[in-house]
Amino acid sequence: MSQALRYALFAAFVVLLATTPLWATNYIVRLAIIIAMYSALTLSWNFIGGFTGYPSFSTAAFFGLGCYAGALAQIAGTPMVLAWLFATVFVAAFAAALGTIILRMRGHYFAIGSIGIVEVTRLVVSSWGSLTGGGDGLNVPLLRGGPDVVAQTFLAVMIVIMLLAFAVTVYVDRSRLGFGLRCIQQNEDAADMVGVNTTLYKIIAYTLSALFCGTIGAAYASWTGYIDPNDSFSILMTIKVPVMCLLGGVGTVFGPVVGAAAFTLLEEFFWANFLDYNRAILGVVIVILIFFLPGGLLNFSYREMLRRLSGRFRARTEARV
Amino acid sequence: MQHMQLLANGIVLGALYACLAVGFSLVWGVLNVINMLHGSFIILGGYLTFFAWHSFGIHPLLALPFVAAILYVIGYVTQYLLINRVVSEPVLTTLTLTFGLELILYNLMTVYFTATPQRVTLDLGVLDLGGIVMPFDRVLGMGLALLMTALLYVVMRGSRIGRAIVAVRMDRAAAMLMGIRVERIYAITFGIGALMAGAAGAIFAIVYPVTTNLTGAFLGKAFVVCVIGGLGSVQGALVGGLVLGIVESIAGQLFGPQHALTVGFVLMLVLLVVKPTGLTGVKGYE
Repeated sequence: MSQALRYALFAAFVVLLATTPLWATNYIVRLAIIIAMYSALTLSWNFIGGFTGYPSFSTAAFFGLGCYAGALAQIAGTPMVLAWLFATVFVAAFAAALGTIILRMRGHYFAIGSIGIVEVTRLVVSSWGSLTGGGDGLNVPLLRGGPDVVAQTFLAVMIVIMLLAFAVTVYVDRSRLGFGLRCIQQNEDAADMVGVNTTLYKIIAYTLSALFCGTIGAAYASWTGYIDPNDSFSILMTIKVPVMCLLGGVGTVFGPVVGAAAFTLLEEFFWANFLDYNRAILGVVIVILIFFLPGGLLNFSYREMLRRLSGRFRARTEARV
Repeated sequence: MQHMQLLANGIVLGALYACLAVGFSLVWGVLNVINMLHGSFIILGGYLTFFAWHSFGIHPLLALPFVAAILYVIGYVTQYLLINRVVSEPVLTTLTLTFGLELILYNLMTVYFTATPQRVTLDLGVLDLGGIVMPFDRVLGMGLALLMTALLYVVMRGSRIGRAIVAVRMDRAAAMLMGIRVERIYAITFGIGALMAGAAGAIFAIVYPVTTNLTGAFLGKAFVVCVIGGLGSVQGALVGGLVLGIVESIAGQLFGPQHALTVGFVLMLVLLVVKPTGLTGVKGYE
């Protein structure tokens, strides 16, 4: 598929999402909001997990902090959009500060550390009752104007955030920064040796991966009107986002959007049809994805698929240590 | 006296943590796989023990070896058929795969066992050691946990299989050249990891109620213990477990029980940054 065609398809996809209020039910509009939201989260994760190759599982920490920063700012009387901006800046600063510490680890340790961040932020938020309402959660001032207006507003907001994240992705993909990040992904020591400022680049990638999560968290809090620690800092979300990226194609520009849309639709379908087994089916999807679609939907090839189906991939155990 | 009580509580908890984490640590150390299934394996062990006791009246002590054996088979097959195929891929792939398997197991357990907390009640009375009070079932749990951990240590030190696992851990290529079938060792190691999880679950069912909602909490404990103690060795898990148990017990007293968990995780993050090899770790085994 040529690059121009991909952009055209992406534009059509955005238009399709944006026009849902005109032709579809509220249920579909809600789905469109969720797709836009997860697309933006997955595009964000792609900076650190895709371009840089660091297995980060801290998405839910950034999202949750965004929820709470935005909600608290709004409760304190800040206008909604300013509250979102505040949440964005707050989460970005948090990620940059955290990045200087946590990015010294690699591989498995980084993965564990980033999951630990989600747990610690969740526990701190849920035990700091005087500020955050603890386990009871927080009520956020609702937007006036009834369900239709609310849905349309937040659809627009989520799509705008998604487009911003997409624009930054395209920029990073073509810039010196993206080149440096890809060098780090391939061989960090070598990248360091040839003059890539690895520490700085990693911190930038980590901050970019948090930035939009903060905005989305704050917007999500305003949209739903109620947040609690378990919902905001969910381990399921922190793993779902990388899975979406894997599904679409890690380290690509369009992969995250394709993955997020496909995964959300699949999940919705399973929720609707197999209520008792929806988690298990999700698990099966993940297993199939890992075995048969290692490059994601965008890198799908029949030959690779057939080779894998015929079971001739065992010998590869020796390839990498 | 209160301090001694706190310490005793911490040690009992720590022994359980060590038993809970040692399998996870072994799998991580030898296979380089973060096994997200571990928490669900523990709960599966706990449920099997409970239902053996509840439905068939089998004493938990008698059920424990069978539960462990069942889990070993499940672990071996999972590794042999599924995880071995991607075992040398980057951590993102292996972690995601085990998480997918975890979703499946978790879902099946909630459907077939329901999420109601279940506990084996043995009513063994209370042990009173000059002011230190401890329910006897907890003492029993601690003893069993230490026994299982010690058994694993003996197997790792003394048996051919144990030596082969250690060899694979140290240098996979060299182990392969010495005629060790690495894929089989991987499957055995994963089986042992599941076995220890099952045993830990059986022990937990004697001491605390088990429910599927605890899988994440157990997995979190395993992370923390592993990082505190150091990867892939029995001693590491034992040290990590005891340290975490005592720290949680003291932190619970000082800051209130709701902060005990946070202290554990913060300790983990600090150690990850300062000393990622863990307290007993050797350099070069990262």
